[in-house]
Parts: sequence; structure tokens; C-alpha cells
Amino acid sequence: MLDGRGAIRRRAGARLWLSALWLGALTLAALFAPWIAPKDPLAQDLFLGRLPPFWITGAEPGYWLGTDSLGRDVLSRILFGARVALIVALVAGTLTCVIGATLGLLAGFLRGWIDLAISRLIDIWMAFPPVLFAILLIAVIGPGLGSIILAIVVIDWTRFARVVRAEAMSQGAMDYVASARVAGRGRIGTMLREILPNVLPTITVLLTLEMGIAVIVEAILSFVNLSISTDDPTWGGMIAEGRVSIHQAWWVLVFPLIALFLTVLSFSQLGEGLKDRFDPVLR
Amino acid sequence: MSYLSIRNLTVRLRGGGPLLRDVSLDVQEGQVHGLVGESGAGKSMIGKAILGILPHSVEVVSGQILLDGTDLQRLSPAERRRRIGASCALIPQDPLTALNPSKRVGPQITDRLVDILGWSRAQAEARAVELLGEVQIPDPARVLRSYPHELSGGMRQRILIASAFAAEPKLIVADEPTTALDVTVQKQILRLMAAMQARHGTALLFVTHDLGVVSKVCQSLSVLYAGMVVEETDVAAFFRGPRHPYAAALLAATPRYTDPAASLTPVPEAVIAAVQAEVAARETGASHG
Repeated sequence: MLDGRGAIRRRAGARLWLSALWLGALTLAALFAPWIAPKDPLAQDLFLGRLPPFWITGAEPGYWLGTDSLGRDVLSRILFGARVALIVALVAGTLTCVIGATLGLLAGFLRGWIDLAISRLIDIWMAFPPVLFAILLIAVIGPGLGSIILAIVVIDWTRFARVVRAEAMSQGAMDYVASARVAGRGRIGTMLREILPNVLPTITVLLTLEMGIAVIVEAILSFVNLSISTDDPTWGGMIAEGRVSIHQAWWVLVFPLIALFLTVLSFSQLGEGLKDRFDPVLR
Repeated sequence: MSYLSIRNLTVRLRGGGPLLRDVSLDVQEGQVHGLVGESGAGKSMIGKAILGILPHSVEVVSGQILLDGTDLQRLSPAERRRRIGASCALIPQDPLTALNPSKRVGPQITDRLVDILGWSRAQAEARAVELLGEVQIPDPARVLRSYPHELSGGMRQRILIASAFAAEPKLIVADEPTTALDVTVQKQILRLMAAMQARHGTALLFVTHDLGVVSKVCQSLSVLYAGMVVEETDVAAFFRGPRHPYAAALLAATPRYTDPAASLTPVPEAVIAAVQAEVAARETGASHG
């Protein structure tokens, strides 16, 4: 049994480090994009349009992952696109988490009319189709980075609220909570000092999942041209443009897709890895 | 003088039927009072009502809970919490969920002393070590640094007992403290609780379904059926001969270790019918009065 646990921990370790490695590299790339990008991501040169990646004949030196139909460097655009992806992941993910988890915790632990109000709100909220809701929202308030973040927060807080509420409810029924109350801790104090630490592993997993989802939502919105200004490179925007020329230049579509895939996967694996690491029972 | 006195307490499910009907009982200062009955009779509910930790779905309809002469029902929630925190403690049923899994054992004992009763950190830590010694835990320093899942059930129950006595409460509610433990450990824990109670002179409300345990540790007891006290008496009188037919049948239903071959005697149908009629009668009486 001990051996089994050890094996689980080793696997979790590899998962944690690989995903952290990718996300760390991506963060560095995003931070230093202006210095490490080989070309200007916006510079067009129609004579250099649809150049293939470096290992295929016909490639030009310096354009490692080829160019799109306007002659813009794919690698440079992916590096700059990482900035938008990461900002959205961090800011939208965190805001969604804070708002959703707070409401879930209040509903699940305090119960009563607060729970009733929050739960009904969640039910009503979840009845809206999410992507349509986001598109509508951005159509109304206008595109831009802030709008994307707002749209993600507005749509996704229910994801946290639901799960955290259920978790807080089950923790609230434990005897240790009763003991804390008898000892004289107030309701809010009990919630923050006794319940929250036990819900935190769940919140961590949800947060990292949400960061992955935020990246996807941003890509979807870019894909339908509702993200930030069309000049700034985003992964979703690149995928949308690459789709048109997939038969002539597959690399324009595939490389940002790989970046997107690895990032979303890394976020979810990071969450699982962190949970295993911080759960005192598994540790 | 009775330290805890419950008078005509009625508790019900919000928008539903009663769970405790007109319950009255007394716990004398420094004495152990047993609370026995079948599961679902409302034993634990009485403990929760005293300590103010009833579930959200349950409300107190009427009655008084007098703690040292003060009616807790009349206090503001904050004041009530302060009073309970300063003078009462709980030994919960399930040692597996009674310690916070994400905190080390030490802070779980000391935090309340520091945060709520205003002790100094050093004072609280010294007290924790002293208490773990009292409940015969070897190497207290190591145990205080452990997480609950690293300790056995019996060990955790010892910690909970130590923690309950930490602030020298006047009353401890022990809610079936040995039910979740295996039989050999049960005996040790019972002996330990009795010793701690005697040493500290704490009044103890001992919730159990085990009359054998009552005969060993309690001075007086209340027998509960369907949320109603059918008999309140001292232990010697009870075991000499209970007055109420249900109490007598319950006592007769206790297995005898001296004669393991004898088949169990269930509480007779007629007695159950009679006590149910009594509950119903009291119900209509209460609604008319």
C-alpha cells in the first residue's frame, strides 16, 4: 500500500513539474516577447507569404515556424499571443475564482436565506447558454481585453460557486466545525479558519482548470473576431486565419493550436499535481 | 445544586414535527448524568440544543435551558456563544471527523485558548503538553506536531478529551464518545473520561445507548423515547427497578455478559404501543394547554 502511494506521488510529481515547466517557459516567453521574438509579429511582407517551417524545403532562414498568408512570422505571433492568453488566464481565472468561491462558501456554510438566494441565482445563471452569452456581452460592451475578462468572470463564477458550496456543506457537517462553534468561534471565523483550509485543495484545482478554460474562451472569442483588436496577435485569431489556408499552409493553424493545447493541458495537470501535493492526507 | 437545568424544552423540525417534547432534566455540579435511549430518540439533539449547535433545519419552540441559573435562550447569540465557550465543551461522537484534517493537532487545542480565551501562546502550549500527559499520550510534543490522519482513532479521542478539558469547563457534553471506537479501546477511553471528570470536578452530560456504560460512570440518568423523557432518576434506583415500563423493558433488553447463551429480549410490542400512546397523549395535551 505504501508502495502504491509512492508510485502515485511520483507520477503526480512528473505531471506537476512538466506542466510547471511549460507554463514557466510560456510566462518567460510572454514577458520577454519583444526581445526574443525573431521578427516583428505585425510586419507583413507579401513576397514572404506562406513560407513553410524550417525543416521543409522552401523555408527562409529566420522564419522558424513559417509565415502566414500575409508574410507574418508564425513563431513571433505565437510568442506575442502568449501574452494575451496568460493575462486572460491569470486575471480572469483569479477573479472568477474569488467571486465564485466566496459566494459558494457563504451559501454552503451559512445556509438559510443566503444559500437560497445564491443557489437560485446560480440556477438562473446556468440556464443561459455560455458562449452565446459571452458573444452577446461583448457585442454590447465592445471588444477589448477588459471585456473578455469580464465576460469570462460573468459566465464562469457559477462553476466555482456550485462546487465550493457543496464542499462547504459537507465540511460544515463535520464534528470539528461543531467543536469550533462550541469553543466560541463566530460563524465567519469558523468559515475562514476551519472550513476554508479544507476547501482550498478543491479551489486550487478549479482555479487551474478555470485558467485553462479562460484561455480557450479567449481563443473562441478571437476565432469569431470578438476578442481584442484584430491587429494584436492572439492564438484564437491565428487559428481562425490559418483555417482559411489550411490546404496551402497547415502550419499557420497547427502551431498556435499546439500552443493552446499544451497550455490548457498544463493548467489542468498543474491543478491535479498541486492538489496531491497540498492534500495533507495524500501527502 | 444543579449546574444545568432544562425546563420543558420543545424542539422541532422547521415546518415539521417535534423532535424533543417537553424535555426537562437536571445535571448536578460535578456529577455525571447519563442520557439513554434508542437511536433517533433525540439524545444528541438535547446536547446540541444546550451548546447552540442545532442544525439549520431545527428550531427551539419553547422551554428554558438554564446554565448556572441563566436562561441561555434569552441571551443574544454572541453573548450565548461567549458563555458556552467559557463554561462548556463538547466531546464529539466521531473522532475521525472531530479534528480538522488540514490543521496540526497542537493548534487545534491551543488556538481556542489563545484566540477566544486570551491566553498567551506559551501558556496554551504548556497546557496542551500537560493535558496530553494527563490523557496518557506518550511523547506529547510529537503528537502536537502531527496531523490528525497520522494518529489512531483511540489517540484522536484522547486528544479530543484533553481538548475538552483544556479550559476547565464546568460542563462537558459527551455525545456517544466511545461508539465509533473498537471495544478494547472503548474501555480505556471510558476509564480515562471517568478519571478526568473526577479529577477536574466537571459536570458531564453523557449521551449513550449503552446502559452498561451508564451503570459504570453515571450518578443519575434520563431515559428518552421519541423525544420525551420517560424516566429521570439516580442510577442506583434505576438499576434496582425502573418505574416506567419502557425503561424497565430497555433494561431487560440489555445483553448479559454473564450469560451469553441467553437470547436477547427485545422491548415488547405492547410496551412500545403504550409509550407511543403516552407520547401522543402528551402531544394533544401540549397543543391544548
